[in-house]
Amino acid sequence: MNRGVSTFLATLLCSFAAALAAAAGGGSRPPGAMPGDLGPPRGAPIHAKLTNPPDVPPPIHRNYPAKVIVELEIREVEKEISEGVTYTFWTFGGTTPGSFIRVRQGDTVEFHLKNHPDNKMPHNIDLHGVTGPGGGAASSFTAPGHESQFTFKALNQGIYVYHCATAPVGMHIANGMYGLMLVEPPEGMKPVDHEYYVMQGDFYTVGKYRERGHQEFDMQRAIDERPTYVLFNGSEGSLVGEHALKAKVGDRVRLFVGNGGPNLVSSFHVIGAIFDRVRYEGGLHEQENVQTTLIPAGGAAIVEFHVRVPGSYVLVDHSILRAFNKGALAILKADGPENKAIYSGKEVDAVYLGDKAANLAAVTAARAAEASGTLTKEQQIKAGESRFTGTCSVCHQANGEGLPNVFPPLARSDFLMTDKQRAIGIVLNGLAGKVTVNGNVFNSVMPPMSQLNDDELANILTYVRNSWGNSGEAVSADEVKQVRASTKRPEGAAH
Amino acid sequence: MVALLACTGAAGTAASPEDNPFLPVAGAELRSALPRDKHDTVPVRSFLLQSHPVTNQEFLAFVRTHPQWRRGAVPLALAGADYLGAWSGPLDPGPGATASQPVTRVSWFAADAYCEALHARLPDWYEWELAAAASAQRRDARADPVWRQQVLDWYSRPAGKMLPTVQQGSANFYGLYDLHGLVWEWVNDFNSLLPADADPEKFCGSGALTLQQKENYAVLMRIAMLGSLRATDTGHLVGFRCARDAGALP
Repeated sequence: MNRGVSTFLATLLCSFAAALAAAAGGGSRPPGAMPGDLGPPRGAPIHAKLTNPPDVPPPIHRNYPAKVIVELEIREVEKEISEGVTYTFWTFGGTTPGSFIRVRQGDTVEFHLKNHPDNKMPHNIDLHGVTGPGGGAASSFTAPGHESQFTFKALNQGIYVYHCATAPVGMHIANGMYGLMLVEPPEGMKPVDHEYYVMQGDFYTVGKYRERGHQEFDMQRAIDERPTYVLFNGSEGSLVGEHALKAKVGDRVRLFVGNGGPNLVSSFHVIGAIFDRVRYEGGLHEQENVQTTLIPAGGAAIVEFHVRVPGSYVLVDHSILRAFNKGALAILKADGPENKAIYSGKEVDAVYLGDKAANLAAVTAARAAEASGTLTKEQQIKAGESRFTGTCSVCHQANGEGLPNVFPPLARSDFLMTDKQRAIGIVLNGLAGKVTVNGNVFNSVMPPMSQLNDDELANILTYVRNSWGNSGEAVSADEVKQVRASTKRPEGAAH
Repeated sequence: MVALLACTGAAGTAASPEDNPFLPVAGAELRSALPRDKHDTVPVRSFLLQSHPVTNQEFLAFVRTHPQWRRGAVPLALAGADYLGAWSGPLDPGPGATASQPVTRVSWFAADAYCEALHARLPDWYEWELAAAASAQRRDARADPVWRQQVLDWYSRPAGKMLPTVQQGSANFYGLYDLHGLVWEWVNDFNSLLPADADPEKFCGSGALTLQQKENYAVLMRIAMLGSLRATDTGHLVGFRCARDAGALP
């Protein structure tokens, strides 16, 4: 190729590479550095803003690696684990789960772990996002009344569990010493309307579920993996009622969901929602369109979904007895306009007799005959009888006698037989107010039965008009159709 | 025995030797949580151990006669800044540190000096572990899950504002009180419990594999706690009691 073209191509390639470097944000990897190392920290040191669950610190708007100072205090606190039940939690930042830490990939994190002098136990911290011995645990073993410091570079983006790793590790974790650290990718995360922090844990007490009073940790139950409580965010009811997570119809919600364990794997599901995207295991790749995702003990995931209709969305561990019998239940309350096309709510509540229903063979036969144009009055009567039972008979009785002073009779009813069109209209649209039937006055309400199809209605009327001493013409589906079309249904009735 | 029936002195009176007597603990081959070399057991010689942790009243008597160990006089190299921090004054425990509460916020150096003044010493870890393995009925109750859970329960309770006084519970087989459930206690060899070349990650999961007595989590936590301390530390919940060799003069 000639010189001009090659020069042009070279220029093109160079600018493309430069653009790529620029797009990766300030501090693209220095030559020879390991993956994730975006160079030395720049600018003034930043004091990380930590948040209590379920809140998440705001997204990072920074395009260079910085020195971030994290100060995390350990407190041993007595709190309610369930109403009327207290437990001694060992916590990072005073809460279970502990404070949420948010940094950017490539940041240099100077980590200060403080063990309050009033605490009983020594503690340390293992952050799964740390590359180094013990995840920091080897360098942070801290007695009460002391502070440890160590520094690490966040080489990998992702959502990472942190937890105490002091012997016996299972007990420290079971007492609530876990939390999440988010390492944002250099380009940041897509904006959403809400970000929330939810973390599941299993708890082991000497007493039974909801047994009141102060409960102590039961090591044997923990070894046997028989939790008393399985909870989101450290207490039953932490995220229900007035503490429920909030969103509006149309919002995009992102949940950072961790699982501190110590033992159980979570089958995380939000009742009523489907996750549009799941960064399963908190890794780089996403799965889309997920109903329930597994979150391992000592792991985390990021799930996102759109709120499309209002209501209460229930977060559960779908190992479902944990949700209903051990407390693994949280609520996201969504407000906003309804969308009946997506979700209608209950439309019909009708009687269903199951096997006790009259033989429906007659109905099937009538349908088939109608389709082939051979429907006879006898078939209609038989089919109508099937449908009458359990629907009309509830008020008018199986013998058509009705209930004196309450429901008018159909048997030998002058009111019924005089006007066929009127009868069709009444069954379709209901009737309220005074009627005189066979000389007796009735003043009651008949609800519309317009949910019945034209053929069903025709068969019922044919049956009624030819039973218990009544004798009259059949009613055809077309006749019903015409009356349906020419009259208006009352408010709330079906079509 | 008179020693077993000894009770703590009334508040305000000077502490006397009968208040916290040295009681005999028979020697044994101890199946320790910390294995030494490759042996299953560790030989522990008979020794004497004080009945309960040293109280504020007892320590007050010590600093009265040993002014160099009063708060404010002790160099930081021997006791941290919070030395006797619960006391109102160098010679005044005050309402925050009652006579019969165990003395805490004392460094290892201070505890060691106190015991020396009594012609005694701090117990070794193995001695302490042997004495603490006993319940009221048995020399070695460590295989009893009920006893283990009782001991573990202390860790489940928060530290609380007011430290209980000594001898609230019942004495164990040797007549000793409060080896569990009150305060952490200094031992002579607290910082060499693990071999010098021990993996500093000892207490990150894998470390527990080399320890014996894995079911006895209370002991593991005590080892962890002692391993986290430095000799100048004045922990809020760290106290001590003294020991003597068997046959030593009182």
